[in-house]
Amino acid sequence: MTVLTLAIDGESLAVPDGTTLLQACRQRGVPLPTLCHLDGLQPVGACRLCLLELEGAARLVPACLTPVAEGMVVRSDTAQLRAFRRLTVELLFAEGNHVCAVCVANGACELQDAAVAVGLDHGRLAQQWPARAVDASHPRFGLDHNRCILCTRCVRACDQLEGAHVWDVANRGSHCQIIAGLDQPWGSVEACTSCGHCVDACPTGALFDKQETCTERQARPQRAAALRQARDHGRWHNQGVVP
Amino acid sequence: MARIRCCTASSCRAAGGQALLQALEQARRDQGLAPGALPIKAVGCLRLCARGPLVALDAAAHGGSQRLYGAVPPDRAPELVQLALEGHAAGDGSSLAAHGIDAEHPFFALQQPVVLEALGLVDPESLDDALAQGTYSQLQRCRADGQPAQLRACIRRSGLRGRGGAGYPTGLKWDTVALQPPGPRLVVCNADEGDPGAFMDRAVLEGDPHRLLEGLAIAAFAVGAQLGYIYLRAEYPLAIARLRLALQQLRQRGLLDGLDLQLRVGAGAYVCGEETALLASIAGGRGTPRQRPPYPAQQGLFGCPTLINNVETLAAVPAILRRGADWYAALGTGNSRGTKVFSLSGALPHTGLVEVPMGTSLRTVVETMGGASGVKAVQTGGPAGGCIPAALLDVPIAYETLADLGSMLGSGGMVVLPEGLPMPQLARYFMRFCASESCGKCVPCRAGTVQLEQLLGRFCEGQGTADDLQQLEQLCHMVQATSLCGLGQGAPNPVLGALRHFRHEFEQHRLEADGAGSAP
Amino acid sequence: MSPSSRPRLRLATVWLAGCSGCHMSLLDLDDWLFELARFADVVYSPIASDCKTFPDNVDVVLVEGAVANADNLALAKRLRRCSRVVVALGDCAISGNVTALRNLCLPPLQRVVPLQAVIRVDLFVPGCPPSAARIRAVLEPLLHGRWPQLAGPDLLRFG
Repeated sequence: MTVLTLAIDGESLAVPDGTTLLQACRQRGVPLPTLCHLDGLQPVGACRLCLLELEGAARLVPACLTPVAEGMVVRSDTAQLRAFRRLTVELLFAEGNHVCAVCVANGACELQDAAVAVGLDHGRLAQQWPARAVDASHPRFGLDHNRCILCTRCVRACDQLEGAHVWDVANRGSHCQIIAGLDQPWGSVEACTSCGHCVDACPTGALFDKQETCTERQARPQRAAALRQARDHGRWHNQGVVP
Repeated sequence: MARIRCCTASSCRAAGGQALLQALEQARRDQGLAPGALPIKAVGCLRLCARGPLVALDAAAHGGSQRLYGAVPPDRAPELVQLALEGHAAGDGSSLAAHGIDAEHPFFALQQPVVLEALGLVDPESLDDALAQGTYSQLQRCRADGQPAQLRACIRRSGLRGRGGAGYPTGLKWDTVALQPPGPRLVVCNADEGDPGAFMDRAVLEGDPHRLLEGLAIAAFAVGAQLGYIYLRAEYPLAIARLRLALQQLRQRGLLDGLDLQLRVGAGAYVCGEETALLASIAGGRGTPRQRPPYPAQQGLFGCPTLINNVETLAAVPAILRRGADWYAALGTGNSRGTKVFSLSGALPHTGLVEVPMGTSLRTVVETMGGASGVKAVQTGGPAGGCIPAALLDVPIAYETLADLGSMLGSGGMVVLPEGLPMPQLARYFMRFCASESCGKCVPCRAGTVQLEQLLGRFCEGQGTADDLQQLEQLCHMVQATSLCGLGQGAPNPVLGALRHFRHEFEQHRLEADGAGSAP
Repeated sequence: MSPSSRPRLRLATVWLAGCSGCHMSLLDLDDWLFELARFADVVYSPIASDCKTFPDNVDVVLVEGAVANADNLALAKRLRRCSRVVVALGDCAISGNVTALRNLCLPPLQRVVPLQAVIRVDLFVPGCPPSAARIRAVLEPLLHGRWPQLAGPDLLRFG
């Protein structure tokens, strides 16, 4: 196994070949906000929060999708990056109908976390107030599109962990929405096994357990990684950490 | 022998070209002439779309000049037949004189047809006519020579760069695909021409499809591909029909020699002109782009190295091989060699198609050839481009020169903007397009274009504040720098271009007594 | 610093279209309110003053609630004219929050808007409501002529 060296914010570190810049940042304790990333799922580089400045590159690079190469010099905390991250979070808050006070995920929400991480105390962009629906047709869970940030973690979780592919994205642009089956009520999609991986994967209160009400969400984002580890290495989390 | 050529491409069709063609055929019958006595040939684009439907009369004598007529009503078809037979131009007293088009006008005289050399001459629905024009002779020569590396070197030497807008060196891309580890390769032709105001590729697809197919087959040979796709936008039904027919003809004649070429029709998404989204669409998925690297040349369709080139790029290949790389490289300027096809539209009399050497000035194209006057600016590069103001029109057309002015060469759409057109309005038009066409995968493009469109709306209404202007610029830079693909990265360009050259139109501040912030 | 060595801070609080929860959170400061009283005069407040008209020369005004009607708008504009530092207190003032849920049923021109849509705001204190500790983290520096720095989950989180 090859070992590569790189520099993040002026500090060198060594990582095994195949490590992504995101993993390298986490290893070094560099705080890098993410939303569409979830350990255990294939990364997509959609939220653009994890972009880094890479010396010699014409464009910013998404840490979640960029493998470390020998001698890379990256910066994670420049004024430009901070400004861009803040705008990204502002765009998300303005795009949907995010009312934290009455949300199941209040206090356990990765969008709130991202706002704190970028120092957001108010949004400067025009609130869109889109007309979005709530799908409560499933017996155990619900989907509130008002809270959805289109991270597609649910789509990937259902496809990659459960293999049911209940969720996908329909339409395009600001009309994008998560759909179940062939754009059916969730409760009528026979492929759904009610495993709840999508609810565990959702960073906000969009997908929720009907037994949880305002501020009661129990977030379990580590589920996906645990399942991935279990399948790849034949170990469950009570059987010790994979070396 | 005297001959009549009728344009049957989309623009002339929309102007009544089919009715005129039928009237001409009827008039010929009425005169008791056999088709062989006066061939009436349905051809592709005759260039000056503004005056369509266009008809060209070829004199019987070799070297006789072409006479061009525009918008002749079908009931005057007998006079056209008469003129064709008599071999002279309409006299001043004749009613058809008013329809005559000066074929020596700079619009025609300054063109240098390379990609378009057979357009308007060849019958797009006849493989035999294409063969008679020399199409497929280069493909046969390449196969006979059996030297793909040399072929790629020739294209490298020609300096041909991607004509879809990115301007990537074509020969280099061909090499990159060819030199990948052994395994299947694919070729793809990007015929999803989506820029508003661009119809260069459409003209080739409708009017000279075999030229494109020859270029594609040569490219396949050059990189060792046995399978190829043409991804063609659904909004070009005539091109789809012509290409389907051309492929059928090729298969029947056995000219493809083991190469499997298939047509894939798009479904109305501009974003599917982006190469990774295009490949996703061919593979049956949602047309959303993905991060690059890896580039399609390394890992493309079905995970295989994939060569993807634009229509115009591929259509240039046969002529380059026939006339030589050095001949092509001698045309043009700097790092932009050869010729470029442009579609002219907007505030000018000569709306239509031109092909000129790179390095021709923008002023020559829009004013001398296009006949434009009272120009405020010229928009190049479509929704990812910028505007070149009238004062800077002497810029030689090339990839680098237009980029230096805050615009880009793009795919070739050139829209002439008249004096009095408010630039915030133009910027909003393109932003609205991008917001509507955004695939929605990444936050900056999906949500940012919507915000930018609304901000621009405030400027259109004269309600833009200083805070709005600051927000506009900050958001533009963010969307440009952080978007996942070229659609989002390019969406702010018309705004930034308009701010660069016409900032005063945005700086009409609405004074706020209370110092209020931006809109709710 | 002794209270007599600097001029007393003229402090106001206002509620627009809010639930008064942010004001209740302010009251949760409990005995720190005595400390506040050493340095500040409450010159206008629905809970601490009988003053009917928003006065001039206010140093700091805490504004709870969104702007939902003409009265809210008029008061917002007046308090901006009369105050040095305007603080948007709580999620309703910052983004509309629960008060703005009605926007989903209203045409654009009738919608509830946050405070910054109608006046310039100098400070934003997120929360629904912001905790007493968070309010103190804003007021305390202001009392002593310093600008508050809000960072981290304890001082910034919405909701």
